[in-house]
Amino acid sequence: MKNLIDLEKKVNSELGTKINTSEIRHNQIYIEIDKEDLIDVVLFIKTNKDTKFRQLIDITVVDYPEKSLRFKIVYLFLSHEFNQRMILSYHISENEVISSLTSIFPSANWMEREVFDMYGVNFKDHPDLRRILTDYGFEGHPLRKDFPLTGHTEVRYNEDKKKVINEPVKLEQNYRNFDYESPWEGTKYVKELADNNEKKN
Amino acid sequence: MKKKIKNLNLNFGPQHPAAHGVLRLILELDGEVVEKADPHIGLLHRGTEKLIENKTYMQAVPYFDRLDYVAPMNQEHAFALAIEKILNIDVPIRAQFIRVMFCEIGRILSHILNVTTQALDVGALTPSLWGFEERETLMTFYERASGSRLHANYFRAGGVHQDLPGGLENDIAKFCETFPKIIDDLENLLTDNRIFKQRNVDIGIVTKEDALDYSFSGVMIRGSGVPWDLRKSQPYDCYKQLEFKIPVGKNGDCYDRYLCRIEEMRESVSIIKQCLAKMEKGPVKTFDGKITPPSKKEIKQSMEALIHHFKLFTEGYRVPKDEIYTAVEAPKGEFGVYLISDGSNKPYKCKIRAPGFSHLQSMDYLIKGHMLADVPAVLGSLDIVFGEVDR
Repeated sequence: MKNLIDLEKKVNSELGTKINTSEIRHNQIYIEIDKEDLIDVVLFIKTNKDTKFRQLIDITVVDYPEKSLRFKIVYLFLSHEFNQRMILSYHISENEVISSLTSIFPSANWMEREVFDMYGVNFKDHPDLRRILTDYGFEGHPLRKDFPLTGHTEVRYNEDKKKVINEPVKLEQNYRNFDYESPWEGTKYVKELADNNEKKN
Repeated sequence: MKKKIKNLNLNFGPQHPAAHGVLRLILELDGEVVEKADPHIGLLHRGTEKLIENKTYMQAVPYFDRLDYVAPMNQEHAFALAIEKILNIDVPIRAQFIRVMFCEIGRILSHILNVTTQALDVGALTPSLWGFEERETLMTFYERASGSRLHANYFRAGGVHQDLPGGLENDIAKFCETFPKIIDDLENLLTDNRIFKQRNVDIGIVTKEDALDYSFSGVMIRGSGVPWDLRKSQPYDCYKQLEFKIPVGKNGDCYDRYLCRIEEMRESVSIIKQCLAKMEKGPVKTFDGKITPPSKKEIKQSMEALIHHFKLFTEGYRVPKDEIYTAVEAPKGEFGVYLISDGSNKPYKCKIRAPGFSHLQSMDYLIKGHMLADVPAVLGSLDIVFGEVDR
């Protein structure tokens, strides 16, 4: 499709119930679908002659620990033909298993491995689901919001054992996360405190 | 009696000069023919994305220098553009030219490194000696503008950190006059060189279809004959005002990719020249005091400026709730930032899309059936830098 509005119409009319919401912002089209419809939708936008999203740019996850559907899975697509970008997303809860795109886009292989490594999201029918970026034998999923920035373990070379060992993190000083948000609330707080003090006196 | 022959497993790296960093490539060999390649990455993983989530927007910029450390400013550019689009701010024209100029310098930096080390991998020592001298000059330009040779931390949302020092524009112009001669010299050494051609022609061929399926971008896709360059197709900053050509390969082999890189360097020189010619005096960052820190002079005179300065360097600026993907044409391909802001002063999520990640992933597909000696040639032409692959 030549422009995004036509594309939005086309996708909505062809896929109908499979599209939950669609929106055009920043010259990109954002589409939300259901988990079950992923393969159908991706096959459609890849092969249809009016969409031709031939390239999968990236797969990623956004973690919202306070929501019941905790993870938002995001797929970025690019159509060279029409020079358009699509951002496809859906929400899942923590232990759900989702379909793999490796049969449609071979490049999804490592992207899904990365998602698995960083967020612990499991993929069905993935040929080789291993950790990719973290160390051999690593535990936990670092990009989850409840994983601490410093991690749980640190490695060092142990002279006695003559090998590299893992041990719990020991920091000389804890990581200091200053809360800089709205420093001007401070004045109000101080004022209230002063008022209270006056009342007491 | 028939002898049973077992395939040989070979560890290539992580401490191997031709692995271009810390790549552990596990090769399964049948004689000298590679049957399977399994790259193990992550030995340089530093958790950049996690760190960025815990830093303010301004503090996050230096992390981008440390991704693809041979072309630092190109990465900063993607991040700056993402924030600018969400905040909806305009960048002064001089800042746009400065940014584009330094991005092209970054492209030359990266391509010199790649072309010459690829030659080194297949046995030619001289190109790297000649090329690195030029890289040194270019990094001096980086240093004069930003204060450091590699980790520049120069681009800001809304412009650049500071204006160029006096005389730098002249020196860059002088460089543009002498550098094409060096490209010619490199080409004299390599382009028609018998050994270089034997090692690269028809090695690691990528078809158009596969280049799309494997998410290739940059030189990797152009080498296979797809005329796709984000600077032309989705122009950002002032690329619209500049004239340049996109070199496209024909056969999709290592040699074509080498030729594309050489041509791109020539185009980059021409872009830098145009930038220098069109650049006029003017501001280098947006006037919005809520995003740009005030000048030292203002701080000395105005209370308001002092408050802004203090707030910007403690709390930082806030970015409204939004979700965006922006990509730039980095020397290695499409470098993208998928940014989710939640209205606070820190990114809620910042996913970095590194071109090298998808390129390296196709190693198995590229090398299957080739000889062991072709591994460094293919790896060299992929243009891998582990800073960005491992993040």
